[in-house]
Amino acid sequence: MSETKQPGKATLLEIYRIATLIKTADDRFIALIKAGQIASPYYSPRGQELIPAAISVSLTPADYVVTTYRGIHDQLAKGIPLKPFVAELFGRATGTCKGKGGPMHVTHVASGLPVTTGIVGAGLPIANGLAWASQLKGTDQVTVVNFGDGASNIGAFHEALNLAAVWKLPVIFVCQNNGYAEHTKYEYGTGAATIADRGLAYGIPGVEVDGNDAVAMWQAASTAIARARAGEGPTLLEANTFRFRGHLMGDDSHYIAKEEMAAAIAADPLPRFRAWLIEQGHATDGQLADIEATNVAAFEEAVEFGLASPYPDVSELDKDVVAEGVQA
Amino acid sequence: MSAVQAKKINIVQAINMALHDAMELDSSVVVLGEDIADREGGGVFKCTAGLSGKFGTGRVKSTPIAEQAIVGAAVGGALAGLRPVAEIMLMNFTTVAMDQIVNHAAKLRFMTGGQTHVPLVIRTTTGAGFGTGGQHADYLEAWFAHTAGLKVVAPSNPADAYGLLLSCIFDDDPCIFIENLPLYFVPGEAPVPGQRVPIGKAKVVQEGTDITLISYSKTLHEVIAAAKDLAKEGVSAEVIDLRTISPLDMPTIIASVAKTGRAVVAHEAQVDFGVGAEISARLHKELFGTLKAPVARVGAARSPVPFSKPLESAFVPTKERILAAIRETLK
Repeated sequence: MSETKQPGKATLLEIYRIATLIKTADDRFIALIKAGQIASPYYSPRGQELIPAAISVSLTPADYVVTTYRGIHDQLAKGIPLKPFVAELFGRATGTCKGKGGPMHVTHVASGLPVTTGIVGAGLPIANGLAWASQLKGTDQVTVVNFGDGASNIGAFHEALNLAAVWKLPVIFVCQNNGYAEHTKYEYGTGAATIADRGLAYGIPGVEVDGNDAVAMWQAASTAIARARAGEGPTLLEANTFRFRGHLMGDDSHYIAKEEMAAAIAADPLPRFRAWLIEQGHATDGQLADIEATNVAAFEEAVEFGLASPYPDVSELDKDVVAEGVQA
Repeated sequence: MSAVQAKKINIVQAINMALHDAMELDSSVVVLGEDIADREGGGVFKCTAGLSGKFGTGRVKSTPIAEQAIVGAAVGGALAGLRPVAEIMLMNFTTVAMDQIVNHAAKLRFMTGGQTHVPLVIRTTTGAGFGTGGQHADYLEAWFAHTAGLKVVAPSNPADAYGLLLSCIFDDDPCIFIENLPLYFVPGEAPVPGQRVPIGKAKVVQEGTDITLISYSKTLHEVIAAAKDLAKEGVSAEVIDLRTISPLDMPTIIASVAKTGRAVVAHEAQVDFGVGAEISARLHKELFGTLKAPVARVGAARSPVPFSKPLESAFVPTKERILAAIRETLK
């Protein structure tokens, strides 16, 4: 192994900017639902912000990111524009999907976000196809596909890892292991000691990393991305993390031991990263406060845009079903 | 007629020719599926023979036996600008990939608000007659036709197979292309190279005045045989080959039944909740009051496809069963 790479100051601050933007969005979205200003199912990524933030700084706009119903962190990290993003969460005509996707299915092709699936594990086989197209066209695009620990037990995961291995596809399989598949604890539902171990079964590198450590996450992701770009094939990255706000909003996490939750929240990766950035001299408290304030202002502007936007016309039911519109 | 048009080929050859011509025309056309490259034999039914040799194993890719991975790769490839043709060896195996087909291929255009579309084809074959039993011969077209966002075609002859496959490949929506195994090696008129058959257009294969017989795929041939018997009895039947199941060509169907006042729909899928039910409902809505008899439906028995020959022979809609339904309708 060569000497471990270190992220530069600008990279670290960009990771911080993205991670705190995700937290801002999550806090605000939950507040809006609680206030009754919008009605929506919502799967919070709170606690998992550093994973996509640390991945995205090694991606280009042309790279693809595939994610799931718990996906706003991945979408924001990929650079989805805030106004149509928020409008989509609100089901408005100005949303990225004209309100037809909603919070479980936010996509934005121009940002490299073509698929957000609500079906556990289904993104992985599709990621292979995106990567196959890049491979055929001879571009150096990579595809990052995010999923949870629960997805590693479904057939699509295994079919996809095997195909990616035999076709040597430029895919990075990112398992955001938050310890719970819906309500089921990892140790009960998963036979393997680690998900990274499952890479071995398909002949691809399986790398376990602390997803709550920005530097370690950046190192693991940038290595896997460089490997895929160089045509050396897929990597399975297991990023260990924790989910602070249940599976679905309204779920009180009763199946998680109080001490476990308390310990996880006490080790919240965001304040920890913030303190580390200051301690290491990468930023002052004031600089980080500025980043946070800019995020809040930008997000608030997007919320105003979303709330002021119209709902789609009912005639939209007949549009975008097939190329010709209505199906005979 | 030119020598080319007079030539006869079978459906396997027609499909091979369509894939070849499409790949030659457009470098975004790619093919994937189990055993399809020449190294693996060019497909178990040889539909893809020679393609990997000519176009390379980058565009013609054999896959593991993993239908979710196959259709998923086709969906992703389609989203990224390819026109994938995925071979799912037998129609029953599409059930293993239903999530990718129904939740993804069919819906992504709508769910992304039109940002994306999924121009892929799933070629698959099926049909009773070869003793393949309960899990290798089902007609599941109604499942797909029931799903908004999918187009479903089922050709009955080599020229339509060629022309419809070209149309499906260059269509911007996901198409389910249903082939029939027992029909694979039946020769028919060769297609005119490059000539596409439009999706959504039925064909009146025989004009008549007394009754309209509507069918597709292999059962169409039973229907044509039944119509010949009827002609001997002085009954003039109009025969429609649907060719496309969804979108249904209702103008052609309605024009015919408005003329004859009677209709029988025959298909190899079981009758209950099937394509015949949909056509019947639409005909009753459009022509209620002018129909001379209720629309009749003929299909397979409501059982899994059986193995034993006498059972299998009784399972499918034979000419005799179709004739019985016609006679009932003509009463």
